[in-house]
Amino acid sequence: MKAKFFVTGWFNVRQELSKERRKIIGWASFLLPILIWCTVSYVPFVWHPEVLVEKVGDVDYFQEGMRIDKAIYLEELANMKQQGKKAPQGEPANPIYLPAPHEVAKAFYNAFTTPPAQKDGLWMHQSLWQSIQVIFWGFVISSLIGVPLGVLCGTYSLFARLFEPFIEFFRYLPAPAFGALMVAILGIYDGPKIAIIVIGTFFQQVLVISNTTRKLDYSLIEAAMTLGTSKWKLLTNVVIPGILPSLYVDMRILLGWAWTYLIVAELIGTSSGITLYITQQARYQHFENVYAAIFIIGFIGLGTDLILAWLGRRMFRWDKPANKE
Amino acid sequence: MTNKNSIPNYLDQSVEVKARFEKLKNRDVILEVKNLTKVYKTNKGETTALKNVSFKTHKREFVCIIGPSGCGKSTLARVLAGLEGYSGGEVLLDGKPIEGPGRDRGMVFQGYTLFPWRTVKQNVMFGLEMNGMGVNQAGPEAELWLELVGLEKFANAYPHELSGGMKQRVAIARALVNQPRILLMDEPFGALDAQTRSKMQAHLLEIWRNIDITVVFITHDLDEAIFLADRILVLKAHPGEVMELIEVPVPRPRQLSQINSPEFLATKARLEALIHPHEEQESTEEPIQQRMIRFVNVADNVE
Repeated sequence: MKAKFFVTGWFNVRQELSKERRKIIGWASFLLPILIWCTVSYVPFVWHPEVLVEKVGDVDYFQEGMRIDKAIYLEELANMKQQGKKAPQGEPANPIYLPAPHEVAKAFYNAFTTPPAQKDGLWMHQSLWQSIQVIFWGFVISSLIGVPLGVLCGTYSLFARLFEPFIEFFRYLPAPAFGALMVAILGIYDGPKIAIIVIGTFFQQVLVISNTTRKLDYSLIEAAMTLGTSKWKLLTNVVIPGILPSLYVDMRILLGWAWTYLIVAELIGTSSGITLYITQQARYQHFENVYAAIFIIGFIGLGTDLILAWLGRRMFRWDKPANKE
Repeated sequence: MTNKNSIPNYLDQSVEVKARFEKLKNRDVILEVKNLTKVYKTNKGETTALKNVSFKTHKREFVCIIGPSGCGKSTLARVLAGLEGYSGGEVLLDGKPIEGPGRDRGMVFQGYTLFPWRTVKQNVMFGLEMNGMGVNQAGPEAELWLELVGLEKFANAYPHELSGGMKQRVAIARALVNQPRILLMDEPFGALDAQTRSKMQAHLLEIWRNIDITVVFITHDLDEAIFLADRILVLKAHPGEVMELIEVPVPRPRQLSQINSPEFLATKARLEALIHPHEEQESTEEPIQQRMIRFVNVADNVE
């Protein structure tokens, strides 16, 4: 009640919304796109550039269940009427690449309940598990080297000067460009895929983390020095604990980064994982499955990030700005 | 000790005060600064921050260093702490030259500089841990010092949960737990409100009285310097040079009521004469030029 005056407006500059409003708006951010999708799918006069033929009538090349351009359909309809033949019947429809929400929802459900159509095909969750493993190893390998290197670069100018100019150059080279090279070196299976994710993540990681490390308040280091802290202990007892919360946030962002390299990585060598699933389903024009697979990547990404954010708040209770609200 | 005639009062010391200074000067010299010079090299050339600064500090003395902005008082504190090097002269602690920061010189900064990831108690334990003491031993020791600053109840709080004054008390305990030879304080109460500030001053004197510690206290607040110090080192700006080392004639123990005593006022008058000599000319700041236009009704006066 105390802050009533400030809570009432929806457009107060840089003021937090009330709790209920945050909730409502948060849901709306997902509901709005779904609403648009529903409108385009279910309201016949919105878009619907094609016609789904239900009865062929006397048009010789029409087939039942065929999608045809609206203009052609109308032309044939007029033709048949003029010639006094049996007119075709059809409903306005969207192109095959835009399935309706309920179709995607059904595909989502089926993906986990019905076995794959091909004999040696994989279930969606099996494909997904392959992808998660590739991401996991790519990110772990990148972090094992990238995090310590980033912290060292942010702490000692020597390392920064030694590594950063080259990394600055290398990070502009697009990771997928190394695909063929990695296949030549690491074979056609998971090796080159993991390598692409490492290449895509590592260089950014070093720079982002060294920058985060440099942002640590230098006066903390001075205070520690006046308390008799040796140079080595400054790193382990001041720099590292001091940057952990920001480092954690960086890692969350970088993990998202690693996911964006996944599809390209999985196309290298023998396609695998969720990418193989997506490309196969697209080939059979099962676009509802394609959407389901794409969405599940989003769900996994958002889900992990929410869990990591929650964990972060628990781990770094001392970090005031991160724990506001 | 020049200008004896202009304000004669501040040099007069009562018998007790005189005796105290006698005693003080008979103590060992703990800190000796000889012809300290510090030159910064910048793109525009060289700037002399400190020039031929010399003074001696005795054991358990409370010294304040005061001066206008740009007099290098903070630089001097940082040189003493070993956080900055110097270009010439000597800085001796117990007769040995200072080489870099060390646990024998504790420091309290204006920005609280507590480690936010450590609780209050862990902050105080930091110095002990860094110097090889085990956690089991450092814990009780830290608690002892927390009690001294009256924060034992907040041992498990994190710094962000404390007020400014409390943070600075933790910082003092954190510096003292190492049992340094001298405690350097760089405008430690500068960010506190007036009330908290005067409480902290009294608190600091109380601590100083009970502990074997020599305090070098940087401030730009004249009242603060007179209230706290045995002697006040007055610096002038551009370049930072010693103008005078004033022996404060205000008797101890100090109380807030002394702020209007003749000794206090005399010292303050002297400090003001030194720091703001002929205000208009020496001031480096531009005078505020205003062409006052009346924006309100002519008849509507507030004064």
